[in-house]
Amino acid sequence: MTPELLFDFTVNKETKMVFITREFNAGLSLVWDAFTRAELLDQWVAPKPMTARTKRMNFEVGGSRFYAMIAPDGQERWSLQKYLSISPKTNFKQFNVFTDADENPDPNGSEWDFNFSEANGKTTVHISIYNESLERLLSILDGFTQGMKMSLVNLDNLLDTLSAK
Amino acid sequence: MRRDIFQAIADPTRRAIITLIALQAMTPNAIADNFQTTRQSVSKHLRILTECELVKPQQQGREIYYTLEIEKMKEVDKWLDQFRQIWETRFNQLDIVLANMSAATAKNVSSPANKKQKK
Repeated sequence: MTPELLFDFTVNKETKMVFITREFNAGLSLVWDAFTRAELLDQWVAPKPMTARTKRMNFEVGGSRFYAMIAPDGQERWSLQKYLSISPKTNFKQFNVFTDADENPDPNGSEWDFNFSEANGKTTVHISIYNESLERLLSILDGFTQGMKMSLVNLDNLLDTLSAK
Repeated sequence: MRRDIFQAIADPTRRAIITLIALQAMTPNAIADNFQTTRQSVSKHLRILTECELVKPQQQGREIYYTLEIEKMKEVDKWLDQFRQIWETRFNQLDIVLANMSAATAKNVSSPANKKQKK
């Protein structure tokens, strides 16, 4: 939507780390809320045409979020995020693991570190993800690939609608 | 058991073998000379890499030379690129969510369509 916003995505296959940096055209409080409140997360984390549904979320150290990514055919992919540390509007860390619908986790998960900072009315978010296995990192894609082509078309339509306003 | 390219690159020794033979085709003995490990262990890694179709053995005279299948390596990058696209899509969606939030804050009055109570 705003092409001048910084976006950086790098993968280190050897250390099994993913680094993502993105700038947002909004203040720190809004961006922090968008990353830490269930009703907001559900609006953006699932690339369309997939949808996200948070079953429960308790954003506090030791708390967790249990949610599903839902494909257009209704197939659900459940995940559990446990919050390891929280410094309000600055940083939070979580442990992510895929589960079944009954919260039984996969053997391998990933650790996520989110950092937030604001400058000149823009907020920058740095995310680093450590995956316990590279297969797991790549398996994240499996649930997404089918929806991807459609999702890009969807996004184009949405942007057209917005810019026509 | 079906093997795929991601299994091939999940092991540090196999990544080192890939890096070695990316430069030139090599025999198993020449490859093993570069590692502290046994010839059998290198053979095992070469077998896995061959099963993943990342390397190809080629008979030249009495020796077998292993070459890297560059096209297959590109699959990894293609997959990672899709991962990048997912994040791009997500963040573009988040831009819209943030724009709506900013607009709602600016208005400071909840519209009839906005069912959520502002705290």
